[in-house]
Amino acid sequence: MRTILVGIKRVIDYNVRVRVRPDGSGVVTDGVKMSINPFDEIALEEALRIRERGEADEVVAISLGPDDTQQQLRTALAMGADRAILVRTDPGVEPPVVARAMQKLVERESPIIVILGKQAIDDDCNQVGQMLAAFWDRPQATCASKIEIKGQTARVTREVDAGLETIEVDLPAVFTTDLRLNEPRYVKLPDIMKAKKKPLDVTDLAAIGVEATQRLKVLKYEPPPQRQKGVMVRDAAELVAALRQKGLV
Amino acid sequence: MNRILIVAEHAGGKLNAAVAKCVSCAASMADAEITIAVLAADGASVAQAAAAIAGVARVLLVDHPANEPALAAVLAPQVARLAEGHSHVFGPSTTFGKDLMPRVAALLDAPQVSDVMSVESAQRFRRPVYAGNAIVTVEAAAGRPIVATVRVASYQPAATAGSAAIEAVSLDIPLPTHTRFVSVTAARTDRPDLQTASRVVSGGRALGSAENFALIQRLADRIGAAIGASRAAVDAGYAPNELQVGQTGKIIAPELYIAIGISGAIQHLTGIKDARTIVAINKDAEAPIFEVADYGLVGDLFTLIPDLEKLL
Ligand SMILES: Cc1cc2nc3c(=O)[nH]c(=O)nc-3n(C[C@H](O)[C@H](O)[C@H](O)COP(=O)(O)OP(=O)(O)OC[C@H]3O[C@@H](n4cnc5c(N)ncnc54)[C@H](O)[C@@H]3O)c2cc1C
Ligand SMILES: Nc1ncnc2c1ncn2[C@@H]1O[C@H](COP(=O)(O)O)[C@@H](O)[C@H]1O
Repeated sequence: MRTILVGIKRVIDYNVRVRVRPDGSGVVTDGVKMSINPFDEIALEEALRIRERGEADEVVAISLGPDDTQQQLRTALAMGADRAILVRTDPGVEPPVVARAMQKLVERESPIIVILGKQAIDDDCNQVGQMLAAFWDRPQATCASKIEIKGQTARVTREVDAGLETIEVDLPAVFTTDLRLNEPRYVKLPDIMKAKKKPLDVTDLAAIGVEATQRLKVLKYEPPPQRQKGVMVRDAAELVAALRQKGLV
Repeated sequence: MNRILIVAEHAGGKLNAAVAKCVSCAASMADAEITIAVLAADGASVAQAAAAIAGVARVLLVDHPANEPALAAVLAPQVARLAEGHSHVFGPSTTFGKDLMPRVAALLDAPQVSDVMSVESAQRFRRPVYAGNAIVTVEAAAGRPIVATVRVASYQPAATAGSAAIEAVSLDIPLPTHTRFVSVTAARTDRPDLQTASRVVSGGRALGSAENFALIQRLADRIGAAIGASRAAVDAGYAPNELQVGQTGKIIAPELYIAIGISGAIQHLTGIKDARTIVAINKDAEAPIFEVADYGLVGDLFTLIPDLEKLL
């Protein structure tokens, strides 16, 4: 069985205007819409396409998070994943712990590919994929905008500061997605019904033998400094005059 | 004593400007002793540039044919070895650093603090989360190394005044061959670089086509600015990916940022927060970009850009 593991993180929806709690203990989450991390939707879409091309046999959605994460895993199943695994944790487990847990699932599932997002839009860490690749001692191709499977290897185009870089890696390997890899499909109603019957295993960190070590304590959350709203100018001439006066042009 | 190792990013024999900013970040820690690691195929010129950065105590040069072009899987075990005896390992928060540093952290069994915007102490750092909607102060447990990427837009480059000793090092460790470089599309170099430019003109979805995006290029050329773009403009193919500004693109801090036909989504704004002056041109007076703009101009970009060109 050629398996692809896909990371699915439950995060505050990207459309929500995130606000810091007045006491600085975190951000407001009450009544806030939660979704699949957008980069993980792209990861899942890519895995489904690889399976649909006949280059893999099954797609398994994996997540670490609180019980409610089952909602996002059900959505992943409705999108087309074959089964899902939830490793129950408190919210906010650190990237090294996530990567260790994924490494355990990798040992169990022996995937040919693991696809994660390049970053989770809550912690904005951009770490887990690279850490998993290191623990597993396998190649990584981060920020992928194109993935071609060629037998035992893959060719991946990456979005880098200079432009686009292409690398070749031996499989198995870890890929992380960038925005332009694909456009995720919409979930159809009948698929939501079908997804209810697909297997969703729930386990926890202790059961897979990983400790939830905390090495970075968050001491406080603060709102960012706000920029002052400036002035409106009437036309191009007034704008250029203002910029000239400030020595900006 | 805090012994900080900084991994040098470089290409074509040139040290990346982000490295001197990492030095500024490291130097803001008390009792910092700063070492720069240059991993290259033939890194003499890069090592010399690194040695000239003020505040650098020494430069370690590891020449190996496998080191260029840079591949995280190849560099990580070497950096992890060089990190022995250091309390911190820093890299720039560029695509190079973001790719490499977590792999190093994993090999060191160390935590990583991504996008450090200020150093509060050897253990405490501030960094943005939620697309910059919140700033957290984190404290790393004592007793093991700390890996960090430096949010380069938060720092000025350290001066070039020093003359640190350069030490050639050969590391006797096996390097993986499972990852191979194929090619890279070189960006145009006749324009100022988006990440270091003092002026940036950015275009959004409103440009409507790659042909129209040339309007942005013309205006940028007129004032010697770099070009940027919103995600929508890049997705639509009006501009190449390396020009995307924002949460998941480049975080920049120019003196002047001119946003044209960009609505001002939070993911875009997080990339320009540190700009000294923001100018917004948009036909919708209610566009969120005006909330952060120092100068706002409501109108049609297709008439306003030609107007500006005439005046500049
Ligand atoms: C996970 C994730 C990450 C993202 N990362 C980024 C990122 O890094 N960078 C980024 O930019 N976005 C990012 N986005 C996308 C972001 O949410 C917005 O969709 C995007 O920034 C919108 O681009 P835009 O302003 O060009 O387009 P729009 O929002 O469509 O705005 C176009 C603007 O042009 C104006 N306009 C139209 N015609 C004219 C005219 N003739 N003259 C003048 N004005 C006109 C309109 O009034 C409008 O305000 C991300 C989104 C997600 C989900
Ligand atoms: N708790 C989690 N559950 C599942 N996947 C995760 C989790 N945390 C991180 N990931 C994956 O790792 C990627 C990068 O996350 P991060 O390093 O936290 O920015 C995400 O896009 C996910 O694919």
